[in-house]
Amino acid sequence: MISGRAWKFGDGIDTDVLAPGHYMKLPLEEAATHCLEAIAPNFAKEVRPGDVVVGGASFGIGSSREQAAQALKQLGVGAVLATSFARIFYRNALNLGLPALFFPQANEIRDGDAIEVDPVAGIVRSNGREFRVEPIPAHLMVMIEDGGLMPHLKKKLARA
Amino acid sequence: MGRTLTEKILARAAGKDAVAPGEIVTATVDLAMFHDSSGPRRVAPRLKELGARVWDPSKVVVVSDHYVPAVDPESAAILKLTRDWVREQGIGAFYDMQGICHVMLAEGGHLRPGLFCVGGDSHSTMAGAYGCYMAGFGATEMTGVMVTGDIWTRVPATIRVDWNGAFADGVVAKDVMLHLCRTLGMDNAFKAIEYGGDTVRAMSMSERGVLTNMAAELGAESAIIEPDDKTLAAIRAAGVAIDDEEALRWRSDPDATYEAVHRFNAADLVPQVARPHSPENSGPVAEANSARIDQAYIGACVGAKLTDLQMAARVLKGRKVAKDVRLLIAPSSRATTEAAAKDGTLAILTEAGAIVMPSGCGACAGMGAGVLAAGEVCISSTNRNFKGRMGHKDAEVYLGSPYTVAASAIEGRIADPRSYLQ
Repeated sequence: MISGRAWKFGDGIDTDVLAPGHYMKLPLEEAATHCLEAIAPNFAKEVRPGDVVVGGASFGIGSSREQAAQALKQLGVGAVLATSFARIFYRNALNLGLPALFFPQANEIRDGDAIEVDPVAGIVRSNGREFRVEPIPAHLMVMIEDGGLMPHLKKKLARA
Repeated sequence: MGRTLTEKILARAAGKDAVAPGEIVTATVDLAMFHDSSGPRRVAPRLKELGARVWDPSKVVVVSDHYVPAVDPESAAILKLTRDWVREQGIGAFYDMQGICHVMLAEGGHLRPGLFCVGGDSHSTMAGAYGCYMAGFGATEMTGVMVTGDIWTRVPATIRVDWNGAFADGVVAKDVMLHLCRTLGMDNAFKAIEYGGDTVRAMSMSERGVLTNMAAELGAESAIIEPDDKTLAAIRAAGVAIDDEEALRWRSDPDATYEAVHRFNAADLVPQVARPHSPENSGPVAEANSARIDQAYIGACVGAKLTDLQMAARVLKGRKVAKDVRLLIAPSSRATTEAAAKDGTLAILTEAGAIVMPSGCGACAGMGAGVLAAGEVCISSTNRNFKGRMGHKDAEVYLGSPYTVAASAIEGRIADPRSYLQ
């Protein structure tokens, strides 16, 4: 169970605000301190482990840069919920072990709300309400249960 | 039951007779491309951790384009790491500062109809202009491809986008894509876009590449154009022998099922501009209200091919860039610069006051030269204008065609290029 505060964003949170291009040369720990700074200057400073990012449509639109998902994970974000995801961001997040769940009811959540997410069961709880969301597809759960794509590949290579 | 071209390629790559939208398949990769930013520096440490080598170096293309040429010790180290890794892995197809990855795939003769390709860059969709499937992926997934030679994907439903009729002079593929970003939106994840119609058939391969490139801005999985004589001619021009019959069989069936079919009339389109900070924030150039600019930028895979430079030259011939405006031009490849020098295009541009820069991703992704300061305004022939992408977060970027960028450079304000083409 992931439990923390909700950070609420609108539609079209793109990879350039998640991971600005001119910081991409820097090590992840430094690049992550600039995550979302263009629209939420306090985010990187104030986000706490287990907090949940809640977005609107096309979350993560833009570049294939994995640092967009990695920066959120580095800062301790427990899960990303959005009404829809850009496909590369969605795949990157799951490959890195950052749960990403389609959450059509994102507008029911306000910035700063306490929120709980169970990515395996597909349950979101907030403000005394429980929301059912589509669980992560079965073929991906195999990889996620291994801990992400890298541990999954290790296991696969060990078997070969 | 009829199948779309995208479904046929995925079925072939997955070793199946047929696949349907929504089905999850594991596809064998024919070609994997990555660049200096997403590639070796991020994939090599992971391969080392796994104790694995590249599954088939003959299927890998590496391009150094994001950090070229090096401007500081960090970018120099990234470029060196890329060179060293390519050598160590025995990868033959390596383009070091020769041009932008999506353009090099075409110039280098790596693309042909029916291939299933993956790229470590979101604009990998551009390759679909050659009738192949190509989608972008992150570095961990590209590591997976390097180890296994395959990747899972959910078969996308295909959206058909037809354009028919002739454009007015000064209206080009870039205007089509800015218009589509608004009309179709950017939330087409897990969909394939198939472009067709007589307008698309009449386009050069370079212009078709603009359509498939900016499918990334539509949020699409991939984009594709059925091959024809122009496709075959472009492949031959890159020095690759191709069997016409085998290549041209890669088409959608007449009774294929599309999730949606959108039809547009090319004659109705006027030059488009996307206002800050999203490509979908687009509309006729007049809606940009003649905004004042500090910089005009012609660059990127989508907007600095030879045809793009020629468009700019047509507008700028015998004219001058406005005082207090800088026009930067970063041709999309070394060969583009060479061709533009030979045919006189470069001379027209530099006489007008343009500054010619090295070939590479440059300012487009904020990693190379030509980025913006806080409060500065730029009109750009690139594909994205997200906040903070081209430099400071408080800069503003408008997107337009090379015609529109050139006309704006002359006026120092966002301008309609049509009056310069009469």
